[in-house]
Amino acid sequence: MTGILKGIAASDGIAFAKAYRLMEPDLTVEKRAESNTEAEVERFHAAMKKSESELEVIKEKARRDLGDDKAAIFEAHLLVLNDPELTGPIEEKIKTDSVNAEFALQETANMFIGMFEAMDNEYMKERAADIKDVTKRVLAALLNVELPAPALIAEEVVVVAEDLTPSMTAQLNREFVKGFTTDIGGRTSHSAIMARSLEIPAVVGTKNATADIQNGDLIIIDGLEGEVHINPTEEVAAEYKKRQEAFARQKAEWAKLVNEQTVTADGRHVELAANIGTPEDLVGVKANGGEGVGLYRTEFLYMGRDNLPTEEEQFEAYKAVLEGMEGKPVVVRTLDIGGDKELPYLNLPHEMNPFLGFRAIRLCLEEQDIFRTQLRALLRASEYGNLKIMFPMIATVNEFREAKAVLLEERAKLESEGISVAENIELGIMVEIPSTAVIADLFAKEVDFFSIGTNDLIQYTMAADRMNERVSYLYQPYNPAILRLVKTVIEAAHKEGKWAGMCGEMAGDEVAIPLLLGLGLDEFSMSATSILKARAQLKHLSKADMEILAAKAVNMSTAEEVVELVAAAQKNI
Amino acid sequence: MSKKPFTVTADTGIHARPATLLVQTASKFSSDINLEFNGKTVNMKSIMGVMSLGIGKGAEIVISAEGSDETTALEAIESLLKSEGLAG
Repeated sequence: MTGILKGIAASDGIAFAKAYRLMEPDLTVEKRAESNTEAEVERFHAAMKKSESELEVIKEKARRDLGDDKAAIFEAHLLVLNDPELTGPIEEKIKTDSVNAEFALQETANMFIGMFEAMDNEYMKERAADIKDVTKRVLAALLNVELPAPALIAEEVVVVAEDLTPSMTAQLNREFVKGFTTDIGGRTSHSAIMARSLEIPAVVGTKNATADIQNGDLIIIDGLEGEVHINPTEEVAAEYKKRQEAFARQKAEWAKLVNEQTVTADGRHVELAANIGTPEDLVGVKANGGEGVGLYRTEFLYMGRDNLPTEEEQFEAYKAVLEGMEGKPVVVRTLDIGGDKELPYLNLPHEMNPFLGFRAIRLCLEEQDIFRTQLRALLRASEYGNLKIMFPMIATVNEFREAKAVLLEERAKLESEGISVAENIELGIMVEIPSTAVIADLFAKEVDFFSIGTNDLIQYTMAADRMNERVSYLYQPYNPAILRLVKTVIEAAHKEGKWAGMCGEMAGDEVAIPLLLGLGLDEFSMSATSILKARAQLKHLSKADMEILAAKAVNMSTAEEVVELVAAAQKNI
Repeated sequence: MSKKPFTVTADTGIHARPATLLVQTASKFSSDINLEFNGKTVNMKSIMGVMSLGIGKGAEIVISAEGSDETTALEAIESLLKSEGLAG
């Protein structure tokens, strides 16, 4: 048949290839009476051994191709496979019920799967999937059928499946599997995450992929738009060839810059860092050549749960990020909760003006238990990389001094407990409140760095709620008032020999980048996927020229005039 | 048989990573090692067994070991519980 399926764009890119349906073999189990139970137990042991060696092979392959992180799932499978609570009852059942191994395996596994699925806990539910995966493998070994072996595919294909289990995805051969599409799943489902780390285009959740696509159909996977074309017309195919080439060219162009430093046309270096929310985001940071983490939003550790994260949980997360960045700078922002980010379990009273209320450092200085736990975790993790700590929403010099004093107390406590803490941890602040920007020169004598948080700085400077659409026209990053504040902050930092960065949306903005370069910004922190594009842009900008441009921009009267000025300058580049 | 009671101090209780660590540690020893909580006893070498108990913060648990290396096993588990801040 021909047609278009719509699904969820799970992984960028466009793929063309013949369909390869990856379907599960029939693993139907029948109950049989077995008199020779000894032989049946032997058969079970043999199937276990076979499964174990298969898993070891897949695990090694995953480790080699995808990294330790992705291989961990097979480590878990091996733990389940060798779990005496699973194998013991199966053997027991074969012997006492005199039944075949397949039946004993399925009955026992189903009991555990049901038990784990019934638990009110995501982690436990995932373990049910592990048990299913492992059971399937042992069953196939017992039934003497081959599980699909995508690793053995030897021509270019697009894989079509109902869903892709971790073991299936790990076996996909990157050389031949050009893309995949599934019936079920979403952007954060396992198959989608795997597709992104393998960098192959994928469209998931199409509902009908396995029903509509036959082996050998020509398939186009459009992982940019979330479309799957089945046996397309020549015109459509030609159009997609063009798009595929354009995407590949752009990617190749940017990819050249992955390991390069960010250097302007006149040879000046600036740092392009990434904003992250969880340790998992490091994959993207590396793939896009991030020179550091400019903003690690620690709120995510506290959100989506019923209680505060422990010191140990936090330590593990911070350590993972610091180790993952291998000595490159990591700026961690302490808890910024309140405003649009709520934590129901803290039971904070409802406020009329949450953005002007009890949030971020204000909350941390009041609820010091929460703050101290986080600082301890950070200080302990400091030994594992290049940690810089940043306090959010600082409005007065006293707030900074107070926060710093708490940090120094925790450092002293840890040291007296014999726990080592890194010698030099830079201590900085977010500049997002105008009062702080205005006296940045005074702050600069006490802090080690500034990071300008433009999202809030703009809303506070313009007195315009960024959640209110009716005043959204006042959200003006290029307003000369904002540019002058940014200039004040950067100059104040440099005067004291400190550095200034920016971690708001503005840092990755095409129009703002020339101005920020001209104003002397040292570090630009943005979402990882913007980094290569920004690096490509900066390569063509001369810092000296942008200094002249920025000097003009701060003397414009309106944001529109600034945009025109930049546009005119861009044309000449 | 060696036996020791603990009180779980970790806020999240014993699941996920802590459970994996406990099972891996217990599995290094030849002794039979059991974990008792709330009237139920499970094999501590079983990941599914340990997790199925749903041990939360404040839980009173008893760990017992029986076999040639029971003393070392119990010591190793105790030091893991303490170093990971799981129980005391």
